[in-house]
Amino acid sequence: MRLPCPLCGERDRREFYYQGHATMLDRPARDAGIDAWDDYLHNRDNIAGEVEDLWHHEAGCGAWIKVTRNTVTHEVSGAKLVNGARK
Amino acid sequence: MVKLIANTPCGDLLPRAIGTVSLDEVIVDQITFVAPFNGQQKAVSDALKAAIGIGFPAPNRCIGTGPRAMWCGMGQALVMGASCPDLAAQCVDQSDAWAIVKVHGVDAAAVLARLTPLDLRASEFKRGHTARTLIGHMTGGITRSGAQSFEVMVMRSMAATLVHELTQAAENMHGRETSLR
Repeated sequence: MRLPCPLCGERDRREFYYQGHATMLDRPARDAGIDAWDDYLHNRDNIAGEVEDLWHHEAGCGAWIKVTRNTVTHEVSGAKLVNGARK
Repeated sequence: MVKLIANTPCGDLLPRAIGTVSLDEVIVDQITFVAPFNGQQKAVSDALKAAIGIGFPAPNRCIGTGPRAMWCGMGQALVMGASCPDLAAQCVDQSDAWAIVKVHGVDAAAVLARLTPLDLRASEFKRGHTARTLIGHMTGGITRSGAQSFEVMVMRSMAATLVHELTQAAENMHGRETSLR
């Protein structure tokens, strides 16, 4: 499996650490209530199709990237920097 | 007065020649890690250009031949072989912190291919290209310095492991070639 790091180009999966679904980027407000926090922390859909994951290019440039991946076809269709400003 | 003897990271482990590949230590007197503050990359690049003649490198690039600037991660670079001027950046002296080995020879890319997942083909990884990647189980950097030569760097504490891994890979390559003959 190869992931397209926006900074480094296509790299081997071994260089990356998998964090989980990109939901983690949308942190609820402190006072959002227990249901919103429950959803954020624990509830994930098990999607057959396109998903967005967070990966850390830990043995490479150190960037967190949001990867679009299809769980049915295993196709990786793109990746974006989570922090888009710096290079 | 006690006289201290300076030891290089790889010490007497190098140089070595195995088959067609030679391993030599690269000694760089001064290395400064530079991470520009938010929004200051252009200013840092201009200041570097004025002081040592090379700017802040683009991702995966190493520029300059005398003093060099080597990209080493998102928003980070190493200024090598020159003293670093005052910059709008976090600057950390990392002289003596890196072990750098030059892998040179016909089979240099084949030897490294046993240790790194990086695509080292000349069409993909050209002179002046650099990459942060894995070397065996270590994180480090690989830079192409010529058609048949690469500079491999890891933190100094892992120098002996790096030499061991490179030696093993080169011996395996060499053994394979001689046994097939």
